[in-house]
Amino acid sequence: MKRVAVFWLVVGVIGWALLPWYLTQNGFWRFGWLTDMSGTNASALGAALHDKPWLWLPVLGFVGAALSLGLARTQLAMARGLFASGTAGLALLMGQALLIGTRFGLWEADNPGIGAGAFVTASALLFIATTGVSGLGKGRGDAFVTGLVGAIVALVAIFVFFPLTFILVRAFELKGGAGLGFSEFLPRFFSSTIWGIGCITGGGSCGPAVNSFLLGLSTAAGTTFMGLMFALIFTRTDFRAKKLLRVLTVLPIITPPFVIGLALILLFGRAGTITEFFSWAFGWEKTRWLYGFHGVWLAQMLSFTPIAFLVLIGVVEGVSPSMEEASQTLDANRWQTFRYISFPLMRPGLANAFLLGFIESIADFGNPLVLGGNFNVLSTEIYFAIVGTIADPAQAAILSITLLTFTLSAFLAQRFWVGKKNYATVTGKGDSGRHAALNPVLRWTAYLVALPWAFFTMVLYALILFGSFVKLWGYDHTFTFEHYLRGFKIVVRNGVHFTGAAWDSYFTTLTISAIAAPLTAAVGLATAYLLVRQKFTGKNAFEFSTMLSFAIPGTVIGVAYIMAFNFPPIELTGTGLILIIVFIFRNMPVGVRGGIAAMSQLDKSLDEASIMLGANSATTLRRVILPLMGPAILAALTYSFVRAITSVSAVIFLVSARHNMATSFIVGRVENGEYGIAIAYASVLIVTMLTVIIAMQLVIGRRTLRRADRVEAH
Amino acid sequence: MTKGSVRFEGVTKHFDDVVALKPLDLDIAPGTLVTLLGPSGCGKTTTLRLVAGLESPTSGRIFIGDEDVTHLSATYRKVSMVFQSYALFPHMTVAENVGYGLTVKRVSKSELRPRVEEGLAMVGLEGFGDRLPSELSGGQQQRVAVARAIVLEPEVLLLDEPLSNLDAKLRRHVREEIREIQQRLNLTAIYVTHDQEEAMAVSDRIIVMKNAEIAQEGAPADLYERPNSAFIADFIGDANLLPVEVARSGETVDIVFDGRRLTLPTAFSTTGQANLVLRPHQLRLSHEASADSLPAEVSYAAYLGNQVQYTLDTALGEIFAVTVPDATPFRKGDTVHVGFDPVAARIVSI
Ligand SMILES: Nc1ncnc2c1ncn2[C@@H]1O[C@H](COP(=O)(O)OP(=O)(O)O)[C@@H](O)[C@H]1O
Ligand SMILES: [Mg+2]
Repeated sequence: MKRVAVFWLVVGVIGWALLPWYLTQNGFWRFGWLTDMSGTNASALGAALHDKPWLWLPVLGFVGAALSLGLARTQLAMARGLFASGTAGLALLMGQALLIGTRFGLWEADNPGIGAGAFVTASALLFIATTGVSGLGKGRGDAFVTGLVGAIVALVAIFVFFPLTFILVRAFELKGGAGLGFSEFLPRFFSSTIWGIGCITGGGSCGPAVNSFLLGLSTAAGTTFMGLMFALIFTRTDFRAKKLLRVLTVLPIITPPFVIGLALILLFGRAGTITEFFSWAFGWEKTRWLYGFHGVWLAQMLSFTPIAFLVLIGVVEGVSPSMEEASQTLDANRWQTFRYISFPLMRPGLANAFLLGFIESIADFGNPLVLGGNFNVLSTEIYFAIVGTIADPAQAAILSITLLTFTLSAFLAQRFWVGKKNYATVTGKGDSGRHAALNPVLRWTAYLVALPWAFFTMVLYALILFGSFVKLWGYDHTFTFEHYLRGFKIVVRNGVHFTGAAWDSYFTTLTISAIAAPLTAAVGLATAYLLVRQKFTGKNAFEFSTMLSFAIPGTVIGVAYIMAFNFPPIELTGTGLILIIVFIFRNMPVGVRGGIAAMSQLDKSLDEASIMLGANSATTLRRVILPLMGPAILAALTYSFVRAITSVSAVIFLVSARHNMATSFIVGRVENGEYGIAIAYASVLIVTMLTVIIAMQLVIGRRTLRRADRVEAH
Repeated sequence: MTKGSVRFEGVTKHFDDVVALKPLDLDIAPGTLVTLLGPSGCGKTTTLRLVAGLESPTSGRIFIGDEDVTHLSATYRKVSMVFQSYALFPHMTVAENVGYGLTVKRVSKSELRPRVEEGLAMVGLEGFGDRLPSELSGGQQQRVAVARAIVLEPEVLLLDEPLSNLDAKLRRHVREEIREIQQRLNLTAIYVTHDQEEAMAVSDRIIVMKNAEIAQEGAPADLYERPNSAFIADFIGDANLLPVEVARSGETVDIVFDGRRLTLPTAFSTTGQANLVLRPHQLRLSHEASADSLPAEVSYAAYLGNQVQYTLDTALGEIFAVTVPDATPFRKGDTVHVGFDPVAARIVSI
């Protein structure tokens, strides 16, 4: 304990006394602050001596820690001292950062956003406190474990909960900064512009809350049904092309969210192929039916059915074959077995898929943006409230709260109601035997529903590729490279010049995603490690808060981030860093889940053996757990990389001229009606991601191969 | 010096509401092999993990040697453990597994190699260093696990049911090897098992546990010959427990047994209801009655080649008896007279 505490004490003092406390004008990595230590380059020590005496406050934490280390008679006393001084120092640091010279300011001061010095100092204080906690015997006395818990709690608090409070504040703020209250919130929240039910009663259109809700229900019901049909075919029939169905589940992962919408426009839009065909053959009128509820629903069905499929494969497979065999030996026929045994056992899993589909649907931003027309949903309304001609942040905050209420309710229902009732996976042991085959009626229903749908999905993807090579879809079908040239032209003259319009955002996207992916995987796997392998008080709350960001729609996070990180003390908007951060915390739950699944398969005695052999938990993690989790880590890396590339909802609020992302570039083209280049760009993205995924698969395959070689050598 | 001794002072362990260990005092002498024996769920593994530092006690203090290790993390205890599942690292070769503890202690390469080889030689696995654990048989994996634990020269070696994944034939061989290594290196070892025969075979001392506390401890012969309770008598070697009344207690006892008064040369401290302990193979079966015999009817007879097992119905309850086969075995339904040797009989409380 002592060595770790001394280390962090030294780091902290260096951070406070030498590193620039605030964001430096020219960027930290240019190191201009090494030679010129004045102005925003000043360290806390410099600024405290000069004009900001409150920057002495955090030092009290270090003084306390030093005293504890020097004077404490017993280990326990030292641990208490370290914990108290670390926490106190941290509180003082945060207090001064939040309260002096900010919007909540107690008094005026010219404080820029905090920078490297403050970050290092705060981390050091945090780790001094957690080291103290380990000395109190928590986390089996392991400073690494308590430090990890502390770090993740702090990160989630700053980058998930802190921004959300800004939405609340903004929604409850009274006019003219007169404090907080319900008097303005309530009428705006319950107004008919949000909750109107005109589309049901017949008096016009519905409010976005009602639209989102109805859309969510329809999509959830549809995707759950479709997913079940696919899952039944996959697990209960001898259908030949099961591999092909598997491919279907990968597609939504590598598809930017509005691409399905674009493909539907190519088919069913006013100039769409099928629209043209029916107009030519039967003289049907070309309508805009696609732009509205039906179009968005269709697009969401196509986008989210594979996700339901993936969830339900597990559910359907989870029904123990021995129960079905038992039912059949009791003389039930196939239909009765399905009706009275299998289906009831799947019901919690179906409810789960339904709720997931609901959350996906109402959090979806890309499809409604492309196909919504006059059909307003919450996610797009939030966007327009921020970027529209009349920006209304308060309205965006109120809509965000509405959306958040829906997703959180579904999330809570999923966790506490459905999650507890899941008995499909209980058995686990000694289950051999075969799943009962479907009765013919059910089997043919499944085939008839699912296979045309799978075909339809394939056609859409083919269209994307195809559509990017024609001049103007629906009008001029001559073959052309024009769209690719506009986006991705490379001129080789006196060196290589990337002159295409899309290169900038393409490179930014790849860079930012490549930086975010390992960080996401690291945070996700570290969290999984704590959840699976360590015991500590508050673990349930810890798990809940790390999974919570799954239930926060990207649009809400985007709005929260621009409200929270646009001003000191944490000023991040316009940087690449904020994009990286948003990806880490949006995609973290996936890393956590993958990590939990992979780590649960590693026998705990492996870690314990390593610990018993004198390795500490950091070494154990590095030498035993991580090497054995290789494939899971690669999967987490790939997944977070790909998700970062395809993500649009949060990103669209956070991009800037310097850091534009591929998806927001495409949305810009779509809004201008330039479908050609949008589709071409989307194809390039899909190909890029496929390449990455296949490369990763090869790496994983190679790894296992090598193991096999070795086995054979002896 | 007490290097290598292990001492518990009033150690308890609770998992939420489950009491895994009631207040426990232990004192294990250096250089001895002590077995924790008891039925499943009685707290053996928990005790072992407390010594290892993989669990921390709810209350009480733990000493290894003279050092209070109650709050010391497992990493820094001079204790090694052989896991039930062996817990060999599948991505490392046998040599890397055995050398792991030395590697993380940053022992130099030149020193590492000979020590790993020495460790492998100790368990008879010279030349297996380059294999992966998956390329070894169960018995070999088990020995790698032992080698890995002892190359660190621990003060205390812990073994949690080390033989449970081996087949019956191999078990005897490996347990002898473990005992041999333990004695050669003069290690303190704590050995967990639920198999009483295994415990009797390897231990200097056995601690029998029941319901999260110690039921009795002592040398194997002590437990067998002087059980302090019906549970121990039955658990250590089979026993018939017959209800008797103790009329006089002291250095020798008088019992009332099937209406007759007998004097037994065994010590017991109280009078009143008690159990008479009769070992199955110490019983005599004959066609004639004698002063201390009981009439019985054979309800089941099984011929096992080297012995014959009988289940007998008597007025005092069912009796299990084992005899060497002879020319005229009894058959089901026969009436026999069961006699016993008063010198070998023991009295335990109910
Ligand atoms: N990690 C744990 N969490 C909760 N209960 C536990 C845990 N480990 C052991 N127990 C409980 O403590 C008791 C003793 O367990 P254990 O020491 O493993 O028994 P043994 O090794 O003698 O079979 C059992 O009732 C068991 O269920
Ligand atoms: Mg056990």
